Amino acid sequence: MNNLSEKIIVVENLTKQFGHFTAVKGINFHVNKGEIFGFLGANGAGKTTAMKMLIGISNPTNGRANVAGFDVHTQSEKVKQNIGYMSQKFSMYDDLTVKENITFFGGIYGLSRKQINSKTEVLIQTLQLGDIAQKKVGDLPLGWKQKLAFSVAMLHEPKIVFLDEPTGGVDPITRRQFWEMIYAEAHKGTTIFVTTHYMDEAEYCDRVSIMVDGVIEALDTPKNLKNQFQVSTMNEVFLKLARNIE
Amino acid sequence: MKIILFIIQKEFKQIFRDKSMLRLLFILPILQLLILSNAATFDVKNIRVTIVDYSNSSSSRTLIEKINANAYFTDAVFVSTTQAGIERLNSGKTDVVIEIPIPFEKQLQNETTTQIQVLINAIDGATAGVQNVYLSQIVQQFNQHILLENKHIVNNQIMPNRIETIPSFWYNSTLNYKTFMVPGILVLLITMLTLFLSSMNIVREKELGTLEQINVTPIKKYQFIIGKLFPFWVIGLVILTIGLLISKIVFNVPMLGNIVLVYFFTSIYLLLILGFGLFLSNHTETQQQAMFIAWFFIVIFILMSGLFTPIESMPKWAQNVTLFNPIRYFVEFIRMVLLKGAGLQEVLPNLGIITLFAIVVNGLAVWSYKKTN
Repeated sequence: MNNLSEKIIVVENLTKQFGHFTAVKGINFHVNKGEIFGFLGANGAGKTTAMKMLIGISNPTNGRANVAGFDVHTQSEKVKQNIGYMSQKFSMYDDLTVKENITFFGGIYGLSRKQINSKTEVLIQTLQLGDIAQKKVGDLPLGWKQKLAFSVAMLHEPKIVFLDEPTGGVDPITRRQFWEMIYAEAHKGTTIFVTTHYMDEAEYCDRVSIMVDGVIEALDTPKNLKNQFQVSTMNEVFLKLARNIE
Repeated sequence: MKIILFIIQKEFKQIFRDKSMLRLLFILPILQLLILSNAATFDVKNIRVTIVDYSNSSSSRTLIEKINANAYFTDAVFVSTTQAGIERLNSGKTDVVIEIPIPFEKQLQNETTTQIQVLINAIDGATAGVQNVYLSQIVQQFNQHILLENKHIVNNQIMPNRIETIPSFWYNSTLNYKTFMVPGILVLLITMLTLFLSSMNIVREKELGTLEQINVTPIKKYQFIIGKLFPFWVIGLVILTIGLLISKIVFNVPMLGNIVLVYFFTSIYLLLILGFGLFLSNHTETQQQAMFIAWFFIVIFILMSGLFTPIESMPKWAQNVTLFNPIRYFVEFIRMVLLKGAGLQEVLPNLGIITLFAIVVNGLAVWSYKKTN
């Protein structure tokens, strides 16, 4: 487990202000290479804002973050080469087919047509999309869309993939399948940075941080967190933390 | 370059997949060109005239015949009192009321001055002016005719001296309004369509959330922008082609100048308009906002383009504003090239200004498109 000690994301005093409102209040943490890092928090706690700074589409007001060896503020385009991102809002083209979406996103990451074709075949096989590869994405059920979006975020083999509530609104079976996909990628050495509202999913993570009102209140393995708060589930950890703050 | 091709491919697929949009894209401009070109005429025709003939003499009947014979007037309606004539004017049943006084013939024969009263509905001042000119011409002809007759009677040898101006109309010798309007309307249609399409297209991706997905990729700004705008640039040129064909086949607009020059100018002009659309979409969050702002500018551009009202008759400040209006330069250009057969030399100022605008606007658009907020 040599690679676990290598820090692939380092965040120091990261802050984001919108006018008088401070969404993220100087957070500090790091993520190890190959880890599944759960980034939890209630709605409006500042998770998505923090994540947007890490993926280079929002400039920090203060503080620094280093992702895959590059500074998110000064080298955001280099960061983008090394990360994948799946947004909370489904963001593929509904009016294009599965294949066309894969071609487009592969293409703008700079893959060649040949690479895209072989990747498309593998992807259609693993996701068992055979019959519907020519269908428009807008006609697929949500669970399939999410799995497809995850696979597309992985097309260019990024070092880190950021998942913003990837399983929101998805049935339990698909959620399970989705986490199997996440595990498979983590086994290949990809670092997974995931936000979720499902506390059972938090149990799947190697380490978990819990954000409350723009501040990280707890950060450890799920096991240690449960011990620390003397409870048996992550759900109770989350409730205790959120209640204490109120 | 490869990346740009992927974007262009995707954009074209989306455009051609949206069948209703496709129909809108090509059929609407054709319809508009056909309909608007026929409607946008400044010819004053079918003037409805009401006559109050108190004189009821052979002279007054000659005058009335001349009016009726004129192609611009419909057959006159006769009423017996001025009051009745005014009522018709008030109720909008007539455009002009002519009152011929009782001593009309007598005064003419005595070679003293006589007067007829003409009342014109002048809500539209320009139209009223034209009607007045038509009537004056008829009366003048009538006058000369009378003068001539009288002179013949009095003295056979004397012919009246008169100076006549014989206008020679250049570039549009038949004074056909369609010749004048069709190229201008074509310019409007190309501008409107490409501005709306480009300004709404990128905002749409903002609304869908796909723009965020694109902003997380290492794609370069210029790649995205070129890939996005190229399809609309092509569409603009296709519409120009369709429009020119209609102008030639349906309206028989003369095309004296070099068509290659028209395409060259339009290519640069489209860059300007598309860049402007991109600029608008950078500063709006929804398609409604983009549409509203695009309309705001289009209305100003159209009314200050010199297409419907001559720029020379605008107040000085308005004339200065038109200097920033791209449509103005294109309308001027296309009329010069198609109707006057102007060459590169003559349109160089227009071309230069449009190129300058295109550079500035696209610079602003690229600068204001931010992958990181």
